Amino acid sequence: MNIDLSRRGFLKLAGAGVAATSLGAMGFGKAEAAELAHVRDFKLAQTTETRNTCPYCSVACGIIIYARPDDTGARRVVHIEGDADHPTNRGTLCPKGAALKDFVNAETRLTEPMVRRPGSDRFEPISWDEALDRIARAIKDDRDANFLATNELGVPVNRWTTTGFLAASATTNETAWLTYKVVRSMGIVGFDNQARV
Amino acid sequence: MTNSWTDIKNTDLVIVMGGNAAEAHPCGFKWVTEAKHHRGAKLIVVDPRFTRTASVSDYYAPIRPGTDIAFLMGLIRYMIENDRVQWEYVKAFTNASFLVKEEFGWSDGLFTGYDEEKRDYDKSSWDYQIGPDGYMLTDPTLQHPRCVWNLLKAHVDVYTPEMVERITGTPQDRFLKIAEMIGECSSPTKTMTSMYALGWTQHSKGAQNIRGMAMLQLILGNIGVPGGGMNALRGHSNIQGLTDLGLMSNLIPGYLNIPTEKEPDWATYMKSRAFKPLLPGQTSYWQNYPKFMVSFMKSMWGEAAQKDNDWAYHYLPKLDVPAYDMLRMFELMDQGRVNLYFCQGFNPLLALANRNKNTSALSKLKMLVVMDPLETETARFWENHGAYNDVDTASIQTEVIQLPTSCFAEDEGALVNSGRWLQWHWKASDMPGQAKYDTWIMAQIFLRVRELYRKEGGAFPDPILNLTWDYADEHEPSPDELAREMNGRALADVYDLADKTKLLTAAGRQVKSFAELRDDGTTASGCWIYSGSYNEDGNNMARRDNSDPSGMGVYSNWTWSWPLNRRTLYNRASADLQGQPWDPSRPIIAWNGERWEGNDIPDISPTAKPGEVMPFIMNQEGVSRLFSRGMMRDGPFPTHMEPFESPVQNVFNDRMRGNPVARVFASDVEKMGTSDEFPFVATSYRLTEHFHYWTKHNKVNATLQPEFFVEISEQLAAEKGIERGGRVRVWSKRGEVWAKALVTKRIKPMICDGKTVHVVGIPLHWGFVGAAKKGWGPNSLTPFVGDANIETPEFKAFLVNIEPAVGEAVS
Repeated sequence: MNIDLSRRGFLKLAGAGVAATSLGAMGFGKAEAAELAHVRDFKLAQTTETRNTCPYCSVACGIIIYARPDDTGARRVVHIEGDADHPTNRGTLCPKGAALKDFVNAETRLTEPMVRRPGSDRFEPISWDEALDRIARAIKDDRDANFLATNELGVPVNRWTTTGFLAASATTNETAWLTYKVVRSMGIVGFDNQARV
Repeated sequence: MTNSWTDIKNTDLVIVMGGNAAEAHPCGFKWVTEAKHHRGAKLIVVDPRFTRTASVSDYYAPIRPGTDIAFLMGLIRYMIENDRVQWEYVKAFTNASFLVKEEFGWSDGLFTGYDEEKRDYDKSSWDYQIGPDGYMLTDPTLQHPRCVWNLLKAHVDVYTPEMVERITGTPQDRFLKIAEMIGECSSPTKTMTSMYALGWTQHSKGAQNIRGMAMLQLILGNIGVPGGGMNALRGHSNIQGLTDLGLMSNLIPGYLNIPTEKEPDWATYMKSRAFKPLLPGQTSYWQNYPKFMVSFMKSMWGEAAQKDNDWAYHYLPKLDVPAYDMLRMFELMDQGRVNLYFCQGFNPLLALANRNKNTSALSKLKMLVVMDPLETETARFWENHGAYNDVDTASIQTEVIQLPTSCFAEDEGALVNSGRWLQWHWKASDMPGQAKYDTWIMAQIFLRVRELYRKEGGAFPDPILNLTWDYADEHEPSPDELAREMNGRALADVYDLADKTKLLTAAGRQVKSFAELRDDGTTASGCWIYSGSYNEDGNNMARRDNSDPSGMGVYSNWTWSWPLNRRTLYNRASADLQGQPWDPSRPIIAWNGERWEGNDIPDISPTAKPGEVMPFIMNQEGVSRLFSRGMMRDGPFPTHMEPFESPVQNVFNDRMRGNPVARVFASDVEKMGTSDEFPFVATSYRLTEHFHYWTKHNKVNATLQPEFFVEISEQLAAEKGIERGGRVRVWSKRGEVWAKALVTKRIKPMICDGKTVHVVGIPLHWGFVGAAKKGWGPNSLTPFVGDANIETPEFKAFLVNIEPAVGEAVS
């Protein structure tokens, strides 16, 4: 290509919505234009670039996530690479980080609430409302039935041991703090996270 | 980590023991490579396997799993015997000179005060001698027979190179070569860094492994200095954050404690937390505990927490046991005493010890709620997958609700890396299908439960009804709001404590740092150590200035680290008693005659005079502890203890099994194997291509290392008639697995106490959901016992048997 265009400028011009014939304006002849007409758009042409960190180990490498809208308009991840500005990894990634895209887009991502009824051999869909109502009812009933207000000496102990909560290892601090508030306010003591193991 | 990943480039010697950074933390390990190439640093690896970290090391030694304490005490003995001690540091910055009670002692592998019946120590003799003025007695000349230094010298005397070899299987010549290399770092201008991970924590005495190395580092003068430190590599991306925030049975954010039943009121709770200095003029920063605690209570319960109701002290549960950790909860579950259980991004069926017990326990729940971005084995524990999950589905009466959540690419917020950096990240894409944020889910659950209590009343609803919930959209608390809440704010005008006319922060504004927190109810802060992360300067965790004017890898303006954006903990100890750096070529902070300044935030009051105020400001002593008093359950010094399942007896006491004070549930005692039946030592580990059970869902990673295998030596293969690549059955007292045999030179038999010991390596990754081939995890085999102090299960040393097997497993 013998015209003066930055890579990004070229990507903009060549993006979707630009008719193949207009490529002629960029210096391509008819044959090349025909050839290019059935070549797909550059993957990164319409993407947004977002700074993030790798969710696997606690080296916490900087990454750049490239996403673009799918047919429904929802933004989907099309590429992930190391962030060259990040002081720890300086753009590099390990075999796990380099394959992160397939974590986000895994076929086994969960997409709807499900319930497995007692004794059943399958999950079946359940609405968010019904699932959350069932959970709230179960919490209330178990807490009311088993909450220990005082011990045998009459000391207020306000603990609840028949329900437990295992928190994660890769959720944000903000999620963790909200989780902490909710779990503690109920008096749950069977509270733990992945750092234990 | 006391230091950071980027600080490793400043080191002279790296010791990787209890970890395998090249494979488990590859991009962090690049800083070791950097130090080797640009500083000429050396790398030592001590590991049962010749790992990829070992393959690029300058010196390697094998060690029998679970014997690290003997190795480390042997190293300390060598340093003392050969005068490889940073004397000025040890005398001034440790408790070496403190006198210990006359009654304290050690014999037959046990410290004074052991009660076999209770499996616990009476720790009253494990303490300092206190003088009439309330301060400790010391002997700065280190001559007194009861001073910590002389007790330590006596304690490690038994760990001769011969004894180290006898216990650990490490040949003496290799041990001595490593001791010699490490000894060079006792020079004030040479530094060693310790990099460790789950290879040290997953033992019934994991905390003592780490103490052993911390003591060695203090003796060498390597804590607080650039290129030094105790560097826990940590596991998952926000393990550090969830620990900081206290998502554990007995914790409150910022390493405060949930009260126990023995603390029935606020005054009693605070009485044991006065933290008065034990030497004159020392900082003892935990004296500020009430400020952090009251600010936490105000953050949780706002107006409902007042001085006259003890800041709503009874809204907090009171513990009757040290903790309802997950091992205790699964034990209770298995006894039918737990009805409802939540797993938020956690797969305990494969992550907790003794999988058969986990399946049995989960089957006794009424309801299991799973929140996860991915399918997990836990959510499908009831589903029959032949040999891979052989359960009777119809008999399992547990209702399971599985809720889809966002993953990292779809949300916003901070994760804390091993170096304590809170790094903000941004939303890049939309969630699939009906998936939701965890914050939304927690809000929905809370709001529904609160509504039920409002309508129906019920058991002690006050802490639920009064929980602070002042988010702009109560259904969708935003990361921004939550981050500001953790930082904390002034509820009334906050004035300087030294000058009551000087306004520091006006009511309603974010506090600048935890120095502005108060114990009179005028401030709120969810997590005091995060104070400063999001103040009136904005979201400091989102900062992206990667300049490093010092050239030492400090990166002070890159995101934010706790506490106070300090990058190296204890950095005051990097300078001598005059306040000048031990190594002038690596200055981190220095005393300029009036104040401390330098490349990092000083870990001491900026005007605290060197020679008067000692560097370990969180300790009542002002110095670090070679002798840890009664703070750990299993001893004030580390002492060799065998794993619960061991091929040999404890050389100090043949009646002692495992850690003598570790908690063991009655139902698990009968599930412990002996070496007659299970002659081989097993240990678990992770592969470079895999991240626990997550990458099982990723086709790339599942393909790169496709099949479950176990790793054995050529000698063991020959002994058992196992072919290279052949199928084997491995079993313990608790379960069995089938795998391909990887016969390698990376594992070699060792001789311990005259006995040949074979090691079987068991990688973890496989299960029965996801894109990978089906397989098993090591936890089908591992024992259900944890560390005596913190209950991390003993995954790194247990007993198995192995035999050739025919054909493919049923799938």
